[in-house]
Amino acid sequence: MKITAVADLETWRAAGLASLYPDHIKITVGMATCGLAAGADAIHETLKQRIRQRGLDAILATTGCIGYCQQEPLVDVRLPGSGRIIYTQMTRPRARALVDDLARGGPPSVPSVPQGGWAMIDQEELLVDGQVTRFARPPDLPAYAERPFFARQRKIVLRNSGFIDPTNFEEYVARGGYRALARAFELTSQQVIDEVTRSGLRGRGGGGFPAGRKWQVARDASGKIKYIICNGDEGDPGAYMDRTVLESDPHSVIEGMLIGAYAISAREGYVYVRDEYPLAVERLANAMAQAEEYGLLGENILGSGFGFSLKIVRGAGAFVCGEETAMIASIEGGLGEPRPKPPYPAVAGLWGQPTIINNVKTWATVPVILARGADWYAALGAPGNAGTVVFSLVGQIANTGLVEVPLGMKLREMLEDIGGGGAGGKAIKAVQTGGPSGGCLPARLFDMPIEYESMKAAGSIMGSGGMVVLDESACMVDVARYFLDFTTLESCGKCTACREGTKHLLAVLTRITHGQGTPDDLTLLEEIGEAVRVGSLCGLGQTAPNPVLSTLRYFRDEYEAHVIEHRCPVGKCSMKAEV
Amino acid sequence: MSTLTIDHQTIHVPEGTTVLHAIRQAGVHLPTLCYWEGLPPYGACRLCLVEMTAPTQQTIAACAYPAADGMVIETQGAHAVAVRKMMLEFMLARCPDSDVVRALAAEAGVTETRFAMDRRSDELCILCGSCVRVCRDLVGAAAISFIGRGAEREVGAPFHLQSEACIGCGACAAVCPTGAVKIEDVDGQRVLRTWNTTVPLKPCKVCGKPFAPEPMAFLRGLVEASENLWGVCPTCRRKQAAAQVDVVCEASLYQAHTR
Repeated sequence: MKITAVADLETWRAAGLASLYPDHIKITVGMATCGLAAGADAIHETLKQRIRQRGLDAILATTGCIGYCQQEPLVDVRLPGSGRIIYTQMTRPRARALVDDLARGGPPSVPSVPQGGWAMIDQEELLVDGQVTRFARPPDLPAYAERPFFARQRKIVLRNSGFIDPTNFEEYVARGGYRALARAFELTSQQVIDEVTRSGLRGRGGGGFPAGRKWQVARDASGKIKYIICNGDEGDPGAYMDRTVLESDPHSVIEGMLIGAYAISAREGYVYVRDEYPLAVERLANAMAQAEEYGLLGENILGSGFGFSLKIVRGAGAFVCGEETAMIASIEGGLGEPRPKPPYPAVAGLWGQPTIINNVKTWATVPVILARGADWYAALGAPGNAGTVVFSLVGQIANTGLVEVPLGMKLREMLEDIGGGGAGGKAIKAVQTGGPSGGCLPARLFDMPIEYESMKAAGSIMGSGGMVVLDESACMVDVARYFLDFTTLESCGKCTACREGTKHLLAVLTRITHGQGTPDDLTLLEEIGEAVRVGSLCGLGQTAPNPVLSTLRYFRDEYEAHVIEHRCPVGKCSMKAEV
Repeated sequence: MSTLTIDHQTIHVPEGTTVLHAIRQAGVHLPTLCYWEGLPPYGACRLCLVEMTAPTQQTIAACAYPAADGMVIETQGAHAVAVRKMMLEFMLARCPDSDVVRALAAEAGVTETRFAMDRRSDELCILCGSCVRVCRDLVGAAAISFIGRGAEREVGAPFHLQSEACIGCGACAAVCPTGAVKIEDVDGQRVLRTWNTTVPLKPCKVCGKPFAPEPMAFLRGLVEASENLWGVCPTCRRKQAAAQVDVVCEASLYQAHTR
């Protein structure tokens, strides 16, 4: 059945609410890639069998990632009319015990729940209309919102991740989905852009360019045919924000793109996803098929007269294709290599036509801005840095996972309050943000706010959201070498600066970690790094020296120990030439 | 027209031209290796990096940057000069045997390199892509392409085997700035050594010397005048033309004489 008018959404909303809050026991397994990697598949199968064996009247469902990746597999239980209880680190015996408990009609206490292994979501906010539903919580059950990991998060991009079944269209609609699109259609395209501009939303791919301004350029550019692209070519080591959004809430990206397309009068869009993300591609394709079936992609969407179609392009895994001009070349069927800018894609992009490219998280944010208004969004975060940012918090930190925090939060708050400090109680030495394009920020800078400008001034970048935590066991020279090894392999080789420069940076770093470095090598690293930063054709090369330059800036003593005393202070480097 | 300042000179260039055009028009010496007027800007060699001080402060690749009114360009800005020198030092490490690279580097004051030379010692290719682009964008054959990425990047025909698409025109060698593309005609064949490709040559109708790559026969139908020329080598064509001129001259001399 096609949804031809906004009122039709109500029907789907009712069906979605029945599915989200059924009058049966509902058991849900988190089955994004993080859950699956931890064995969620086996847990799901065990639950299915046990439910059948015990004849339990329960619905077994799946959801995406709620962000607590370290505690996976996660299983939720919702009794009719009550809040949702999350069980962490689920094992097969505990899954069976859980079903047995429920079958006995008892509360889902599961005697074997480890300390802190459960929590109840006692209030759920429907972000799109701001409606909050509260549930009674037994006093012995900790509240989800009070757990340190979740307490300071503000979920905008991740609003539905881990809350809905990503393959279930009705559940997305039940949480307010596609109502922002309906709101956009009530506005003129210029009003939509004004709203996005006023919200202060900046590109969440890492560059932080104001989204509204980019859209305005594309709208004002001459040309009848315009395109929009979603950049899902996430490739930084340790980063999986975009993958999670596509796996857990694909409709939010589609809805955001529809709004963007309406704003610049684009009739075609592309989602560029790397092929290493098969589940993200599968769930996105499924969501697109649903949107087509219900008439949310195609002609005359919601009776607005506006038409839009979307295609998935699977990237073959080249990191450089995350750069927008390289991505365009790749979509056009050419070699994934960047070209000089200007002209910027907003003026001459795909097939030479005005094109806007935004990151997955930027697109997923757009519906909330349209639904709640620019002022509401602009009030989140810090001045000039509105809204929230998603990080994948990984490395040597107690709580790893996907976190979303308001911009302007101090690094320390995120690492200590949310992350729980260093893994195993060790002190955190540095964080590496922005992956191979970013830098290492030392512990003494942790009072810095998480903002685009402050992080850039400190020699790193906000980046797309990878945050790798390093404790005292990390050798900073080796960390720099690791990232240069990555960029050397991923440089497309088109321009002299990046192709030759990253290679020589890596060679110098390698000889330092092998005990063959000299004090002159440190100035040489700075000299090459500066030339590569200034001289490279695209963002990959321009940011590739950041890991070297930032570690030289903040951890020069470690480099000096390597090149003067020929020792690695943490004993990580072999200090022997490879034979 | 756009008006720019290039090294304190005021320069007017037509709309749609690049900063490099303006620099060349100003008569400022700025050697480049990947720029060709007949090809779209590519921006790979990075030897045309210059400093723009207005409207914004930025180091830009002049070959690809659109010239605009009010721009102020300094080709000898310290920052840009330092980066250009580093690019030449990189190239010197890559192609120590290239006379062209050595000369350009020496001109910029770079006579040796601090970097390891890990490629073949006789490497001449600086990966400017001119051959690939002329073959694809102008000739339309697309017989060669880049292979691999990063430090592994090289140019070749698919699988480094005899190319089926190569027409033997030699444009690749003509645009190669460092002489890395090797072509020679031997025993009735054009041997494109760099591409592991051999193309048969058609003999001249007059002198019998092989000269025209057979895959280029398609040109006969494209250019009207070529029909008469086809099959005759340039040397014989010159002789024929000279003979015709001779006849004409004699005839006019005769006319003048008899008048």
